[in-house]
Amino acid sequence: MSSRVRGMSLKKLKKYKMLYLMLIPGVVYLLINNYAPMFGIVIAFKDVNFAKGILNSDWVGLKNFEYLFKTEDAYIITRNTILYNLVFIALNLVVAVALAVLLYELKNRFLPRLYQSIILLPYLISSVIIGYLVYSLLSMETGLINHTILPLLGRDGVMWYNDPKYWPYILTLVKIWSTAGYLSIVYFAAVVGIDHEYYEAATLDGANKLQQIFKITIPLITPVIIIMTLLQIGRIFYSDFGLFYQVPLDSGVLMPTTNVIDTYVYRALIKNGDIGMSSAAGVYQSIVGFMIILISNYVVKKINPDNSLF
Amino acid sequence: MMPRKTEQWVINIVFIAISSLCLIPFILLVASSVSSEASIIRNGYTLFPTEFSLESYRYLLKEPAMLIRAYGISIFITVIGTVTSLIVMTLLAYPISRRDMPLRNVVSFFIFFTMLFNGGLVPTYLMYTNVFHIKNTLFALLIPGLLVSAFYVILIRTFFTMNIPNEVIESAYMDGASEFKIFARIVLPLSTPVLGAVGLFQLINYWNDWFNGLIYITDSKLYSIQVLLNTILLNAQYLASNTNFVEDMVAADDIPNHGLKMAIAAIGVIPILVTYPFFQKYFAKGLTVGAVKG
Repeated sequence: MSSRVRGMSLKKLKKYKMLYLMLIPGVVYLLINNYAPMFGIVIAFKDVNFAKGILNSDWVGLKNFEYLFKTEDAYIITRNTILYNLVFIALNLVVAVALAVLLYELKNRFLPRLYQSIILLPYLISSVIIGYLVYSLLSMETGLINHTILPLLGRDGVMWYNDPKYWPYILTLVKIWSTAGYLSIVYFAAVVGIDHEYYEAATLDGANKLQQIFKITIPLITPVIIIMTLLQIGRIFYSDFGLFYQVPLDSGVLMPTTNVIDTYVYRALIKNGDIGMSSAAGVYQSIVGFMIILISNYVVKKINPDNSLF
Repeated sequence: MMPRKTEQWVINIVFIAISSLCLIPFILLVASSVSSEASIIRNGYTLFPTEFSLESYRYLLKEPAMLIRAYGISIFITVIGTVTSLIVMTLLAYPISRRDMPLRNVVSFFIFFTMLFNGGLVPTYLMYTNVFHIKNTLFALLIPGLLVSAFYVILIRTFFTMNIPNEVIESAYMDGASEFKIFARIVLPLSTPVLGAVGLFQLINYWNDWFNGLIYITDSKLYSIQVLLNTILLNAQYLASNTNFVEDMVAADDIPNHGLKMAIAAIGVIPILVTYPFFQKYFAKGLTVGAVKG
């Protein structure tokens, strides 16, 4: 018996040897790039001293976190990160679903495809380029808005890059400009997949267009909406670093409304070399972010197991 | 209810307005890059050049080494990065798509977990710079964060499980084909749609990446085009202090700074604008390949 089992497992091992070998490069990469830094979280509980080496540096318990949460920054970056994400998720959802529904209503064969490619274009370019595009609009000396549009309306120029109060609106518009097109294409694919018979039946029953949209289209694409939204809610503690760093031109004056956890961690680490503060903020982000993913998935699973991510 | 025809017109007008909003910033960028510096100072950036001039581009061509170098690095990183990444991710996705492979679920979870939790920038940065010493090397642009994405691996795996029948693999195995042969001769040729989509995404991700350059590259010789653009945008003095423009000109004030900025950005975005019409079909399709469930 035992020899048979051993014989089988040896045979099995031989059969699958190639498959296990194939896994090696990817597994090694994930161990280095993803898993090793997870253990690096201990850095936040140390007073890193490069002379002693990171692993031999002294433990300081929660000191780094105490310092972090004593600053006003901790509150500002948490508030900014969450509020921006909530606004982005809600507005993007409304705009993208509206675009998808309208695209579907077009009875032309060629135009929907043309519109789709145009509204997807902003999603493809790097945030550095987006930074340039916004600069060409808002530059205080030469921007289109200050130089052409505001004078046409008989208004004075605005010092966009000097006043934080404009930035919640600017960043929201830029975010929707760059991602609503992408989301609308995902939703459009879901709308196209709806069985046509529903609409035929509804028309026979005398339902008008709006009723069809709210009673058929939207309920039937709800699973896709939930998954896409859940993916975004899971990342509510993370931000689009480029949007908050490039678009405001890394400006200190604008930080009250443009600093988020990601930009804070970056600046504390690279610009100030403050490993204590940056690692504490990073761990705060990793752990709360992880809990939010688990909770949001759990809630969806309770409501409808088919819509959960895992 | 609106008559059918009016309704179509209204929807079309809405889309024309939205499409214009998407395109106007690009038009503004390109138009400003071909405007004379004097007209930009007078009228600001405009959607149509009030005074057409290629002076910004002429200045750039006086000092082509910087741009050509950055372009070369971007192309090199994009090609090598995309190819390596596709190979590693496909090799990782295939075994976990095989229902008969022992430990399949353990490996799948190992990959999926990286989407849920991460150690953050600080440990990653310290590890790559102090253990692997990749600061100011091309590896810094190729490896951290970009090479393997769990999301794409799961996308490829899902495609394999849904589109390649187990019977095909079984019968090839019965015929004496090795595992690797089955993978290379049967699985890969059947999977071009998903490989094309993921390859395209990675192509764009590598071309657009500037974050690795921002944190790991300080040597301007290793700047990719995005990192160069980023430095010029955030550091107004960069062009004046890092090129020979000043020596050629009478004074730094003579550099067509406003136009130059737009010309450099235009050069950075043109490859995407020019190739987009050709790949947009695959891109839009690729976005909807993955109805993923972990």
